[in-house]
Amino acid sequence: MSYLPFAVAAWLFAVGLYGIVTSRHLIHLVICLSVLQSSTYVLLLAIGYRTGASAPIFVEIPPGAPVVDPVVQALTLTNSVVAATVSALLLALAVQVHKKAGTFDPDELDILHG
Amino acid sequence: MSFNSRRNLFFLGMLGFGVLYLWGLKGLPDFGRYEGVYGITLNKVAVAQTHATNLVAAVTFDYRGFDTLGEEFILFAAVVGVAILLRAQRDEAATADEEAEESKDESRSAPHTSDAVRVLGLALIGPTVLFGLYVVAHGHLTPGGGFSGGVVLATAALLVYLTGEYVALRRVSPESLTELAESVGAGGYAAVGFLGLLAGQAFLTNVLPLGTTGQLNSSGTILLINLAVSVEVAGGFSLILAEFLEQTLLVRERKHG
Repeated sequence: MSYLPFAVAAWLFAVGLYGIVTSRHLIHLVICLSVLQSSTYVLLLAIGYRTGASAPIFVEIPPGAPVVDPVVQALTLTNSVVAATVSALLLALAVQVHKKAGTFDPDELDILHG
Repeated sequence: MSFNSRRNLFFLGMLGFGVLYLWGLKGLPDFGRYEGVYGITLNKVAVAQTHATNLVAAVTFDYRGFDTLGEEFILFAAVVGVAILLRAQRDEAATADEEAEESKDESRSAPHTSDAVRVLGLALIGPTVLFGLYVVAHGHLTPGGGFSGGVVLATAALLVYLTGEYVALRRVSPESLTELAESVGAGGYAAVGFLGLLAGQAFLTNVLPLGTTGQLNSSGTILLINLAVSVEVAGGFSLILAEFLEQTLLVRERKHG
């Protein structure tokens, strides 16, 4: 029995969150969030995996052949697209923050400007 | 909160997360021994029910169609958010293209494009568009579909910018067109859902003729929703791209006095 995929998912989650917590640059923070989000892909795909099974595409395999779970793959698909657009939204926010405050460092943003 | 206390709080949180995660893993089947009821049932019945050979597309656009509609609107909202955030602010003005060319603001002007990038980009635009359309059109048969194909199509817009100028990008994907694609795609998905209601069935029921399994025009509404999603994703990502480029290249702080 292999724990490796679950360990990788936990590791990606941990380093991504650590990066967010200790980030000193907003762009770096958004990238860390992407790393964190990728842990969900690994976890979802690891849960649906079946040893020796093929992809759930019934083109060149006979009906009824063992395939991996299509539900978690569909979740991962939409997950990744939404993650990409959310990253774009956050980067747009970072651009405006830099224009208003003149800095990308979250620690220097503690004063609210009217 | 200071840097160190923040980090300590993180390690404390990770300790709790680690315990919960291990506890959660205990309830999961071993890696490679998946026994989920939904997946195994779908693997048996989905091809016969939807006539789609790509089960991921069947799940995304049919069995979980309503959830994907929600995710579609998350995407829509995020793209609209980018467009709103990156609009010209009160104290800024989007300079006209000629002015941008003339302005001697070297720090913000785009670096000169090398001939190698131009030639390679030009050669790649056609194949990229074709590949994107192929991935979209075969989404219900083979891996791919509206989400991934739409992103490939949006990449073609990026290649136009790399090869030519920002002005050339605006000509092939004007803002009104990308906005229209974005909205038509999102609305089209919902409209396909209403076909189910018109036929007296539930919202998003696959009511169209399913065709022959393995043919291009098969799988009923899955194909239609696939196309709607591709239009939305291609439009949305081109819009995001154009907004960021405009922000970098055109928007300047309005000169005072």
